[in-house]
Amino acid sequence: MKWISLVPVLAVGGLLLFAAKDFPEWGDPQSPASSSPVSSHFINNTGVDTEVPNMVTAVLADYRGFDTMFETVVVFIAGVAVIAILKGSGRRRGGLRKDHEVEAEPDLIVTNTVRLVVPVIQIFAFYVLAHGHVSPGGGFQGGVVMGASFILLALAWDLDHALVRMSLPKCIIIAAAGIILYGGIGFLSMLLGGEFLDYAELEKVLPVSREMARYHAMLGVEIGVGFTVTSIMFALYANLSSEGRLKGGL
Amino acid sequence: MGLELFNTFILLLLVVAALAALRIRDLITASAVFGIYSFLMCLLWAEMGAVDVAFTEATVGAGISTVVLVATIFNLKRKSND
Repeated sequence: MKWISLVPVLAVGGLLLFAAKDFPEWGDPQSPASSSPVSSHFINNTGVDTEVPNMVTAVLADYRGFDTMFETVVVFIAGVAVIAILKGSGRRRGGLRKDHEVEAEPDLIVTNTVRLVVPVIQIFAFYVLAHGHVSPGGGFQGGVVMGASFILLALAWDLDHALVRMSLPKCIIIAAAGIILYGGIGFLSMLLGGEFLDYAELEKVLPVSREMARYHAMLGVEIGVGFTVTSIMFALYANLSSEGRLKGGL
Repeated sequence: MGLELFNTFILLLLVVAALAALRIRDLITASAVFGIYSFLMCLLWAEMGAVDVAFTEATVGAGISTVVLVATIFNLKRKSND
């Protein structure tokens, strides 16, 4: 039975390899993606419209801002769904101890290394988030790095140690605040006479030009994304590693 | 020429990592190998100039998803007949 499944695998693999030779050369200016009017529009106008050097961020947070807002909402809903399913489900089993949970002091070398490394990681996360329009990075990456620093705390000591700093209710509030910040910037530009997420209208409240208003609004939006992703990443780990009991964990 | 060689080397390692992740019986080791796979992908993205994608791959693929996989495996009943 196992060998029969090899036939479709080989067939599809062969088809993919056969199709792969039709790909344009890497970096070919004549390839369909490079020669379409959309690409050249963004390449020519991003710097003029928004003064953002990193085109990827400009497209993600400004031209395509509506899409990114709901990407953040998807992250939020995924996290809330995991919390809703797992929270309280472990309590029924009466706090039975898992075989990997042992009474042991946290390792001295591990905890001291983490103590040194976590501040660096968190500052780096802020850099990635705040520098997202100038260099590669942005809200999603910065948020994940920030969430990882809290997960590192939970791995080195135990879950309670990290939950003191980032409790589950706090996680949910911060995650919701991120989306409210994103949507709020959108609604603010609507109130100022533009369309939803039309950041250029923010020049009426910010002492900057229309281009720089878009630049700064993108930063605000990225901070909102960072809030949501940070707290949802940690909430996911906290619930998955302890089956919703939020104690002990790995 | 140098990049060509680098690409071939990384792609070969990718295939090895993918096969290893399938063959290895121990789930923890397999998820660690998945982390290696993600990191190799990240190197490829970075080499092609897609640094934003490489960044996301390194943080989400090699970092968080490995941790979440390990966290889930620790909560499974680890009994297997094969």
